[in-house]
Amino acid sequence: MKLALRELRRRPGRFGAAGLILTLIALLLMFLGGLLDGLIRSSTGAMYALDGDVVVYTASAEDSFLRSRIEPTLRSTVDGVDGVASSAGIGVVQLGARLADKGPRDLLDVVVFGTEAPPLGVDALPGDGEAIADTTLQEQGVQVGTELSVGPARSTLTVVGFVEDTQYLGQAALWTNPETWRTVLTDNRPDQQLGDGVFQALTVRVDDGAVAADVADAIDIATGRSTASLTVVAAAEGLPGVEQQTATFNQIIGVTVGIAVVVVALFFALLTVERASLYGVLKAVGARSGTLFGGLVLQAVVLSAVACVIAGSAAIALDAVIPPGSIPLRISGTRIGQSAVFLLVAAVIGCAFSLRRLLRVDPASAIGSGS
Amino acid sequence: MNVNGASVPALSLQRVRKVYAMGDSEVVALDDVDLEVAPGEIVALVGPSGSGKTTLCSIAGAILSPTSGRVVVAGTDISGFNPKQLTAVRRDLVGFVFQSVNLVPFLTARENLLVVDEIGKRTGAPARARADQLLGELGLADRAKNLPAQLSGGQRQRVAIGRALMNDPKLVLFDEPTSALDSKLGMAVMELIQQEMKARGTAAIVVTHDERITRFCDRSVHMDDGRITKS
Repeated sequence: MKLALRELRRRPGRFGAAGLILTLIALLLMFLGGLLDGLIRSSTGAMYALDGDVVVYTASAEDSFLRSRIEPTLRSTVDGVDGVASSAGIGVVQLGARLADKGPRDLLDVVVFGTEAPPLGVDALPGDGEAIADTTLQEQGVQVGTELSVGPARSTLTVVGFVEDTQYLGQAALWTNPETWRTVLTDNRPDQQLGDGVFQALTVRVDDGAVAADVADAIDIATGRSTASLTVVAAAEGLPGVEQQTATFNQIIGVTVGIAVVVVALFFALLTVERASLYGVLKAVGARSGTLFGGLVLQAVVLSAVACVIAGSAAIALDAVIPPGSIPLRISGTRIGQSAVFLLVAAVIGCAFSLRRLLRVDPASAIGSGS
Repeated sequence: MNVNGASVPALSLQRVRKVYAMGDSEVVALDDVDLEVAPGEIVALVGPSGSGKTTLCSIAGAILSPTSGRVVVAGTDISGFNPKQLTAVRRDLVGFVFQSVNLVPFLTARENLLVVDEIGKRTGAPARARADQLLGELGLADRAKNLPAQLSGGQRQRVAIGRALMNDPKLVLFDEPTSALDSKLGMAVMELIQQEMKARGTAAIVVTHDERITRFCDRSVHMDDGRITKS
């Protein structure tokens, strides 16, 4: 093992090309993962900000706020289910919003949430005609006190605060109280207006110690399957496009990991061929194939680890210099760590392709060479 | 079988035969060879290319297994050993000095000696002390931190000899140890080999084409067509 580490330290140039490629692959993995996380977060952030454990839609709504209607009687049934601590009505409406100093067609994509329970990160619901805005709107010039004209009816919402990370399907959330949301909905989408006490969905907090998924099932049973209840995570993952985005990016990440395996396999296979005579000598003086292979794996792992450290630093730097809002990049320690694990596993798998070649190196090749 | 004692031969080959399959035919590389090397004895193995010297050396050094016959190294019968056991024999009982020296290029002279410990018993401090002692005895104390590329041909050969002696072997196999050196240096290296082997009581087989170096050996064994023709 010391032998392998000394070679890395004293002949860094020999590993330069592979190290560079692995660094670029690691950066690509982290960047792709960061994009996926950013995209998913920009689609689902508002769902994760809901102050609840379970989201209850009507069964026919196919997990969509817009198609769902929860009547007060149905809500009473939900409230009576064992494990339900409390419920809060929620509704959404997707609209364009205008800033006073912008042109009439210069719209901000927003989604107005009306909820009985303030989202996580917000202490209290705003007053009538007021909204707590997602922080991404700050990049569009929205500040506390800004009046937004929302929808075709130009309903006025005054921004009274901001909350982070609450985008919904790529649109910034405006969190309002139920009355304000109901007014905005009625004014701008009269065809979708709801009666008093009717919400599109419910967020449910479960009792301490209760399992959200079990409570969700119990709710659906109690309502005679007229509801479709999902944990918040399942509801977020069920939003349109989220699953497809995740699958697509995961496939690209998988292919990239595959390329890393090929790069490591090719590089170390070439290195093994190049070192055949050295391995022959070492075997002749008593080195076991396992020891030599261990050294090879160690070199691949160290090389990949160094590549991950450089790539991780570069990814964090990229995240810092890319202007907020330009691309949905979200670099996190978890994603960097996950990419590093992928690359390290790829390195070990890649090395395995050299094992057969290494086993075939004959110690007899050390004797009589050149004679 | 493992018998310890000064009278036990360092190497004993009894009716050793090695046959290679070449397609449908067979090539007999060693043909019923008998050879015994006493502790501290230096034997020159002389013969033309293809005479079987390398094969004999490989079998004596536990690199190859014989097709038939008995091979006993320092009292250990290794004839039926599997590859893993043969590796252990090479690590513990035998030393090698190869024709093209073959030092690890990115290790210093001292580290090249310590490789034997690293891939073997990993004794640590005793191995480091032994490496320093050997380098001193071989006149390389001031070159301990030099890489092979910074050493002359003779110095590299001396490092290779030191590496072969690191595991305190019972038998050292020298494969054409002077072929890469000029005549004067070759003789100096042979003198050193003779001196080191005799000082330690370690047996040695020196494979060579060069009749001039046989004078440094206790006896010469001539090979031709896989047989010992003169001993």
